[in-house]
Amino acid sequence: MTEISYTLTIIFVVLGTFFMFIGSVGVVRLPDFFTRSHATSKSDTLGIMLIVAGLMFFEGFSLNSLKLLIVFIFVALANPVGAHALARAAFKFGVKPWFKKESGEKK
Amino acid sequence: MELFFIYAAIVLTIIIIIPFYRVVKGPTVFDRLLGAAAIGTKTLVLILLLGFLFKRLEMFIDIALAYAVLNFISTLIISKYFSTEKAKND
Repeated sequence: MTEISYTLTIIFVVLGTFFMFIGSVGVVRLPDFFTRSHATSKSDTLGIMLIVAGLMFFEGFSLNSLKLLIVFIFVALANPVGAHALARAAFKFGVKPWFKKESGEKK
Repeated sequence: MELFFIYAAIVLTIIIIIPFYRVVKGPTVFDRLLGAAAIGTKTLVLILLLGFLFKRLEMFIDIALAYAVLNFISTLIISKYFSTEKAKND
């Protein structure tokens, strides 16, 4: 039984770390504020939820597992809301979105 | 299993350092804020892993929850402030 929970924990934590690494690279590499916001909100939320789910598998049924479930639900609700509020504030502030340049245009 | 958590915490620390580039060198204010929010949400997971390493999980989960709420509230308040601030370039 413990081997199954350990294996599930290792798989979930490695997957979550992978998605969080993709989110970090996206924050640095993408060209515009809105694309960066898209990268960090979605993949970071997925990575955190995967890691917390893996820790719940490691913990088993207990009070700590219930608290981890509360962390899971809070992150799933609050992280996209924060990213959306930030993007809305940037759009109202007047940050220009990034467009792909025309192929014939030299600029 | 403790060794796995130690390695996961080390890799997570390296992942947390990466968005500091965007915080230092963002063209606008919002890029810096986005980098700071990304660092905060990743630090939440690092605090949970540290709780497993120190074997005081019930205390560290409360700290992580308070940290998540603080990060969320600060992002909301700062974005509200900057949306009422009108742009200087229009």
